[in-house]
Amino acid sequence: MAGIPHDHYEPKTSGEKWLHKRLPIAGIAYDTLMIPTPKNLNWMWIWGIVLTFTLVLQIVTGIVLVMHYVPHVDMAFASVEHIMRDVNGGHMIRYFHMNGASLFFVAVYAHIFRSLYYGSYKAPREVTWVIGNLMFLLMMASAFMGYVLPWGQMSFHGTAVITGLFGAIPFVGEALQTWILGGPAVGQAALNRFFSLHYLMPMLLLGLTIVHIWAFHTTGNNNPTGVEVRRASKEEAERDTLPFWPYFVIKDLFALAIIIAVFMAIVGFMPNYLGHPDNYIEANPLATPSHIVPEWYFLPFYAILRAFTPDVWIVMFTSWITFGIVDAAFFGVLAMFGSLVVLALAPWLDTSSVRSGRYRPMFKWWFAALVVDFFVLMWAGAMPAEGIYPIIALIGATYWFAYFLVILPLLGVIERPLAQPRTIEDDFKAHYRSGQGSGGATAPTPAE
Amino acid sequence: MPAMHDKDESDIMAHADDTSDTTRRDFIYYATAGAGAVVTGAAVWPLINQMNPSADVLAQASIPVDVSGVSPGTQITVLFQGKPVFIRLRTEEEMGTLNDVDISSLPDPQARNANLEEGVEATEENRVLGENGEWLVMMGVCTHLGCVPLADAGDFDGWFCPCHGSHYDLAGRIRRGPAPRNLPIPVASLIDEVTIQLG
Repeated sequence: MAGIPHDHYEPKTSGEKWLHKRLPIAGIAYDTLMIPTPKNLNWMWIWGIVLTFTLVLQIVTGIVLVMHYVPHVDMAFASVEHIMRDVNGGHMIRYFHMNGASLFFVAVYAHIFRSLYYGSYKAPREVTWVIGNLMFLLMMASAFMGYVLPWGQMSFHGTAVITGLFGAIPFVGEALQTWILGGPAVGQAALNRFFSLHYLMPMLLLGLTIVHIWAFHTTGNNNPTGVEVRRASKEEAERDTLPFWPYFVIKDLFALAIIIAVFMAIVGFMPNYLGHPDNYIEANPLATPSHIVPEWYFLPFYAILRAFTPDVWIVMFTSWITFGIVDAAFFGVLAMFGSLVVLALAPWLDTSSVRSGRYRPMFKWWFAALVVDFFVLMWAGAMPAEGIYPIIALIGATYWFAYFLVILPLLGVIERPLAQPRTIEDDFKAHYRSGQGSGGATAPTPAE
Repeated sequence: MPAMHDKDESDIMAHADDTSDTTRRDFIYYATAGAGAVVTGAAVWPLINQMNPSADVLAQASIPVDVSGVSPGTQITVLFQGKPVFIRLRTEEEMGTLNDVDISSLPDPQARNANLEEGVEATEENRVLGENGEWLVMMGVCTHLGCVPLADAGDFDGWFCPCHGSHYDLAGRIRRGPAPRNLPIPVASLIDEVTIQLG
């Protein structure tokens, strides 16, 4: 697939020419910054900038926190309290880092659901999507390990539960869990290695961010119509696009400013709102908090993990046909990781050639149900595992899988999509100057 | 390769262009790839193995526990190999009541007792310790995902795991909830009236 034609960097001064011959770094920066971007991008295309900002925020505040933190079971909790009380401005830096994790997940979920609605994961952007899913996984691993470091009650017992997920794997589970923890139980070895990995993973994320951007700069951005930018000639491409700088940079910075304002309000006025009071009690291996809940951003997947109890027929059936090798605990683990796998496989499960949900009358409703389902799962994950809640979680988990494994493949066959605009330019004109130049908007054309 | 011995030097040089048969160049590719794989494995293995339990973690021998302070119907929790162990002194009323249930109807019919051979039934006798079976010693780690169950709670008056709602009875047997197995019984013995040795 050819890139969108546009002007390239031309070194002008002798100094620029000298450098360009030896290292074309200014050219890469220019082409990245001036990349032709579909001019109809809406406000859901701001989350990439928010995520990049948050990654930098987390790395910078993290590096500073490490200057005061001690990864030892006897001192970790005290060193975090030291940061909170004694280190100059330490409490604010820690609150930024703590709530930065929440901002990260707010942005990533918005980013993911944006891509699901506008079909950004579809060909030719599958690689961007899969790399994004890898980054999501790394983010979750990183957030989990970071939560262990303060060595509070939730840190400790959350680690026991999450590493127990690996222990539930048949045959190798116990050895694997012991290997991950470095001992029979959560202790010094686990804390120390999680600290090391928590520092490593954001660096990997930084690298993958570059690859992620590289991938969608190669294919070009998707856009709310899902119609590709015309790229037969530069003139045509220029009617569908605007350069990233200054148009989208300014727009993104405006959105970022608003989001930072909200973030600051949370950090400043309610920094512990999203946390758990139990984590301000030092870890005690002898007592589990009465109600273990992960951080809010893990709740939907936690609900899926807990939904599959031994009395669910599919669990009984799976256990029976595998001669008991896949028990309820392992089934729950498979379901939780499976819910992420089906997400990553979306490009191949969705059979519709129409990208944008705008032109998919049936898809719209199923997608809306998926968003509701996500929040229902989040709520069910926060509730105790008794009474009606496991049933709600089970229904929610079933819909999650049904959406990817049944609804997406079937909709492409049975749905009759609406007419798509012929070009981005047509859609743009129809939207911003009603009555003018919308003639082409009614002709149905394939997505590419 | 044996064919190589029959050829003179000019033929050996010609082998470099020969793609139909196994050549010396192919051999060198495979040998290099094989050596590379072995060297990579040898280099990576220590990096993986360093994460396994270290010598000081493995060196935890048995520990004696003073149980003189435990009165009937109460329990203490001690830390053994980084995990909690429940030690409970059973009351007169409790004794003998745990065989009322049909063993085969339990979610896990096995005793899970490290002091007995594997696979024995989860009867009362196979779960308890002491002359009259007055002691119950077991790991305080839920077999679901490793939380510490709460004592004197749940629908079977035994233990209840607050994390995902597993109910254990007074012998630590799983009765309801997601946990797949009974609470395991570690190697334990009564040394004297007031001391239990773990491990």
